[in-house]
Amino acid sequence: MDSLEEAKAAVVEQFSLFDEWLDKYEYLIELGKDLEAFPVEHKTDEHLIEGCQSRVWLDTELRDGRLYFRADSDAIITKGIISLLIGVYSGRRPEEIASDDFSFVEAIGLRENLSPTRANGLSSMIARIRAEAKAQMS
Amino acid sequence: MVPIEQAKEYPMTLEQARKRFPQLEETVYGKPLVYLDHAATSLRPLEVVRCWEEVSFRKNANLHRAVHYMAQQATAAFEEARATVASFLGAASPREIVFTPGATAAANLLATCLGQSRIEGGHRVAEPYIGAGDCLLVAESEHHSNLVPWQMLCERTGARLVVLPVEEDGSYNLTRLEEALKAAPKLFCIAHISNVLGLINPIAEMAALCHRAGCRVVVDGAQGIVHADVNVCEMGADYYFFSGHKIYAAPGTGVLWARAELLDELPPYMGGGEMIDHVRWEGSTWAEPPYRFEAGTQNLSGVPTLVPALRLLQELRGPEMLANALAVRDYVWEQLLAIQGLRLYGNPSDRSLKVPIFSFSIEGVHHEDLALLLDKMGVAVRSGQMCAEPLMGRIGVTGMVRASFAPFNTLQEAETFIKSLHKAIGMLR
Ligand SMILES: Cc1ncc(COP(=O)(O)O)c(C=O)c1O
Repeated sequence: MDSLEEAKAAVVEQFSLFDEWLDKYEYLIELGKDLEAFPVEHKTDEHLIEGCQSRVWLDTELRDGRLYFRADSDAIITKGIISLLIGVYSGRRPEEIASDDFSFVEAIGLRENLSPTRANGLSSMIARIRAEAKAQMS
Repeated sequence: MVPIEQAKEYPMTLEQARKRFPQLEETVYGKPLVYLDHAATSLRPLEVVRCWEEVSFRKNANLHRAVHYMAQQATAAFEEARATVASFLGAASPREIVFTPGATAAANLLATCLGQSRIEGGHRVAEPYIGAGDCLLVAESEHHSNLVPWQMLCERTGARLVVLPVEEDGSYNLTRLEEALKAAPKLFCIAHISNVLGLINPIAEMAALCHRAGCRVVVDGAQGIVHADVNVCEMGADYYFFSGHKIYAAPGTGVLWARAELLDELPPYMGGGEMIDHVRWEGSTWAEPPYRFEAGTQNLSGVPTLVPALRLLQELRGPEMLANALAVRDYVWEQLLAIQGLRLYGNPSDRSLKVPIFSFSIEGVHHEDLALLLDKMGVAVRSGQMCAEPLMGRIGVTGMVRASFAPFNTLQEAETFIKSLHKAIGMLR
């Protein structure tokens, strides 16, 4: 597995390949469509992330000292964004996730290109991933 | 200049109309902006900004309060706006026109004051119009601004709120209204045109039924004033309100109209300067309407912009503009209905009722995704609950996309919208 730094750099590089924001969205849509199916029974209020305009669910599992995330959303671009996040952070140690600054999100310019409500949603997703990691720190 | 009542006959061309709005020349993400969110707020035309500038630079003084020249100028500009609004609405007199910060503010003023002791013969004596046990009827498709203030009034007074259900096609059934009136509601609150459904409601017929049942009618004209000819007397409404910013005027302006005798009985809303007759420690007495409801320094730069704004609104209803607006509406309507899996909300068989406000959802596609992609293609539309959550619940959706057009949107812009919509759906499905 790539290191966290490598995984983030790969995303930044991938995004730099597209000139147009529409192409970046197309990429996010593909990520969203390719995301592993999320079990319906996990779509509970407990897994729902507050503060997103569209509904986003995040499910966390700790295995062998590493955190594994699964997620879903009823909006495909949001699903692509959460997919991007869990693609980078899933399978890492809680300490590593909790201490990361998530600044690669700024580097790809994602936040500025979302509507204010979606940018809030993005912050909520990041906060939730961090909180899950903190909760699992031994 | 032609009088405002005749401005409609002024043959403004599409090209002339578009020149009034510099924002039409903007590009976003390197693409020409196609602004289709006029129902949220209109674009600002040159004459409104110039009026604001003129008043701010040359007629700036506080209103009514001083004898000096500038105060007279400012007051004259403000009162000219009142007279213009009165004539535009077909009100009996300018004293029936109350300026407010907007439609929401007007609804709150009304909902607050109707729950307080009425004024009779200048004294605050009589029972409130709305009190414990009274019933209020509110249409199901209302904007939160014509709904939440009434809920709050019910909470304060112990009155009861009853909902008049909307039909499948977005219209209201008069027989159902007659049924609902059997519960003897004292107030019926409905939009002239819903900001979601975009249909002109039959206010005159509704008001006739309501009045026969002793029920007053509050009409939210925030969208009605934009798209329909309004004559408050012929319409038979008791209260009508709207925002200036949706009809090209400065934001922070708004109007509440009520028949003179209904304004007379309303107690003041906010206390402060200008709304009083005498102030003494043992109590104060109130100014006559409309000043009774205009406490504090008014929007002295904004309100005068209603004059050029209303004139423009009339000019935009001239023959060439009307023909363009109809062609655009019909094109968009037809193209939307041809999209597979698209549900259009407010789709009447009587075509004359539909204004160019199109709210829709598309099977298998989230409204937010659609709006986001359209934005990146330069097309500005609204998405979400459109401040009408109960209606969303009734229809069974978490939100919609809304494209709302102005008379000066071109057929070419409409085509760009439809093309972009197809492209976005293709990406998302
Ligand atoms: C039908 C309707 N009513 C009320 C409002 C509220 O207007 P404002 O926010 O300007 O007070 C709006 C606009 O959003 C509207 O469309």
